[in-house]
Amino acid sequence: MSPELINLIVQATGETLYMVGIAALLGTVFGLPLGVFLATSRKGELFAAPAINRVFGIVVNATRSTPFIILVVAIIPFTRLVAGTSIGSTAAIVPLTIASAPFIARLVEAAIREVDGGLIETASSFGASPIQIVLKVLIPEALPGLLLALTLAVVSLLGYSAMVGAVGGGGLGDLGIRYGYQRFMPEMMLAVVVVLIALVQLVQSAGDYLARRVNRRLRQH
Amino acid sequence: MNAHQSLAIGQPIAPPEAISPAATDADAMVRFEAIAKTYPAYRGKPGVNALENIDFAIPRGSITGVIGRSGAGKSSLVRLINGLEKPTAGRVIVDHRDISALAGRELRLAQRSIGMIFQHFNLLSSRTAADNIALPLEIAGWTKADIKARVAELLALVGIADKHDRYPSELSGGQKQRVGIARALATRPSVLLSDEATSALDPQTTRAILDLLANINRELGVTIVLITHEMSVVRQLAKEVVVLDAGRVVESGHVADIFTHPKHPITQSFLAEAIGDSLPVSLASRIMAEPAAGGLAVIRVQVRGAGAGDTLVARLARELGLDVSLLSARIDEIGGQHVGSLTLGIPLGISGGEDAVTRTLAWLSQYQFPAERLGYVA
Repeated sequence: MSPELINLIVQATGETLYMVGIAALLGTVFGLPLGVFLATSRKGELFAAPAINRVFGIVVNATRSTPFIILVVAIIPFTRLVAGTSIGSTAAIVPLTIASAPFIARLVEAAIREVDGGLIETASSFGASPIQIVLKVLIPEALPGLLLALTLAVVSLLGYSAMVGAVGGGGLGDLGIRYGYQRFMPEMMLAVVVVLIALVQLVQSAGDYLARRVNRRLRQH
Repeated sequence: MNAHQSLAIGQPIAPPEAISPAATDADAMVRFEAIAKTYPAYRGKPGVNALENIDFAIPRGSITGVIGRSGAGKSSLVRLINGLEKPTAGRVIVDHRDISALAGRELRLAQRSIGMIFQHFNLLSSRTAADNIALPLEIAGWTKADIKARVAELLALVGIADKHDRYPSELSGGQKQRVGIARALATRPSVLLSDEATSALDPQTTRAILDLLANINRELGVTIVLITHEMSVVRQLAKEVVVLDAGRVVESGHVADIFTHPKHPITQSFLAEAIGDSLPVSLASRIMAEPAAGGLAVIRVQVRGAGAGDTLVARLARELGLDVSLLSARIDEIGGQHVGSLTLGIPLGISGGEDAVTRTLAWLSQYQFPAERLGYVA
């Protein structure tokens, strides 16, 4: 493989990491509070607001049921509003974030609901405010589940990022389509696939390792 | 040196004032006034009247047991004290404040003076023993240095200073409950609520935890409210008792009075569980309805009161000149009072005459020992 091609792969990997990294970060910034809210706002819960819970639930489901490639093109005007342009890696972060936040929210909700309800009662019994309960009880206790959720979200984002080539987002997926498929360069396709597999493995292993480390002190050895 | 052990050397305390059924004590720690608690119908489940007409006071500094079967309303009652639940009607006064009227920040501040321990300990698995104890202090906004000092003090108080850095998964049930107790006491509360705190522990550990609670009550003067369905817990620890059944208080007062003269069937059943009212099988199988010449009449004597049964058999034998046999006996101590029964064999005459039996029953009745004739053995 020529140095030019290798250079292309390195550049595309950089773009992918950039898009996925920022989107995962922003997805967590929006998804974590949303997930905590979804997990604590049903009737009789900490932030009981059943009506808002239902509305958010519907929005989350709607976003999650829209195919990502449709989402990317459907929100182009919004992307332009936020990023100033609808083309390029930075612009691609907008749909990636919008797709990952509800996904992360659902995973966070599930992880938070796993926490023993008795702990909420306990913290309430010594006068913890709802915010303190979230920060000092729910999130620390759900941490292993939250780390695995985030890992899963990053892996999904790596997959999604292959589709943003449609709006000139660049990245490994785009490289694979343009060089590997359209220019019939099977070695390029193979290289892209190998790099993606390596990235997914790396992310998954790191996530597993962290979750296990946090978990080890929680459960019986 | 173990602070827990040093606590064990304490002075016996004078019995606290009796629970006033009218709930008028000026110095009650907790006072329930005309409390009713109803859970509304929800998703097809009918509404429940969990508590009705609750009116009693818990004396300051006492250890008060609240005993009842599951579903009697014990848990609702204890959650009214720390404001986790609100009464449908009535007021709950804790330390002269109407906790049932507080909400938000005011309620949270009041809750810091009420500690609670739980059946399943409810420790955070992500925090060490020390950090679990620190949690209420962090929430109350203590400084790091103050928290550190207070946590060390508390770990020593509950006798697990060496478990400072252990996670709950590395602790035994008894040690977890000690952490729970330390956490509940962290903010120096005036009331400690115990919700079936020993129900998940083995008898030996239960005893140790109850001893610890007794020491805490004695040393720190913390009022303890024990929710339990186990008679043994009330018997070992409480001085006052409230018997709940179907959401109502059926009896309340000194443990000794209530259990020496139980009136309500539910109280009697708790007592029977504790002291065992049945005869040994070998004796029960030999009992006949008709007297046999040269045999024994079987008489059961109820023993209630301080030192009541101690000399009964000896006096009976001496004063009536009878060869009294002791067939079975069970005497326990509840709240410093003896509670139990003696099963005596009174010799019948050569021809089966019951003269001695009549004299014995008269003598027992004279000294106000309730007695009944169960039958005869050969």
